[in-house]
Amino acid sequence: MNLDPLHLCLIFSSALFCIGLIGTLARSNTILVLLGIELMLNAANLNFIAFWRYGPSPVPATGVLFVLFSIAVAAAEAAVGLALVIAIYRHQKNVRLQEANHLKG
Amino acid sequence: MSLPLLLIILVTLGAAALAMALRNLIHSALLLIASWAGVAAFFLWAGAEFVAFAQVLVYVGAVSMIVLFAVLLTRRSRADLAVAPDSLGRAFSGFLAGGAVFGVLVGGVLSSPLPGSKAVEPTVSVRDIGTQLMGPNAVALLVVGVILTVALLGAVVLAATEPKPDQGQAQEGGR
Repeated sequence: MNLDPLHLCLIFSSALFCIGLIGTLARSNTILVLLGIELMLNAANLNFIAFWRYGPSPVPATGVLFVLFSIAVAAAEAAVGLALVIAIYRHQKNVRLQEANHLKG
Repeated sequence: MSLPLLLIILVTLGAAALAMALRNLIHSALLLIASWAGVAAFFLWAGAEFVAFAQVLVYVGAVSMIVLFAVLLTRRSRADLAVAPDSLGRAFSGFLAGGAVFGVLVGGVLSSPLPGSKAVEPTVSVRDIGTQLMGPNAVALLVVGVILTVALLGAVVLAATEPKPDQGQAQEGGR
């Protein structure tokens, strides 16, 4: 089997994305679901860097800049998500997603 | 195909898969730190040192601490750390959906003609990144700054608001 490095990197990021997806869908703990989403975001960053390294690009720094912005937005998302987890826990003393089924009261 | 890349892939995917399979939340969080470090190692391998350091600082340093604090703040006893097993049907459908997506993605990647590997590695110095950020991408940088500020303020407001005691009592009476 002879794979290009770019193909290998893309398959690597697909596998990481799918591990995150399976974790998000199959687990019912809110923190684990958030961690699965973080894994999927990391897989997207892997793709950016793989295409920056092996693909043609007019401006050499484009992929790097994309990943930097993506990491910043992912950090904001993690902070808000975990604040939501704490708010849900305070509300119903539990972080299971099945029991977070009412918005008010 | 290089041996370092295969090692990085093995460590990253193994740590991520184990983290999603374990019952203990603390073990999951620690294994995910290993996985994020593996991603940072991949960035280093690809020649994007600045991004690798950003990944280490943000994920391995900051997000992991937030996750560990969230795990510790949302438990009442030691037994709470072990997550109760999920239903088999849920796990099965998750695997089915994830496996289908993986099959589609790998099929698409393998069947598409991609540009062959470039002989020269693109070199981006920190100075280049700085001029790009301050020149053509200054607006994006400002917007990201605003997003981070608003999101962190919102997170503080969400996590720090105590429910009013009379509301709590009304809620208890209502049930």
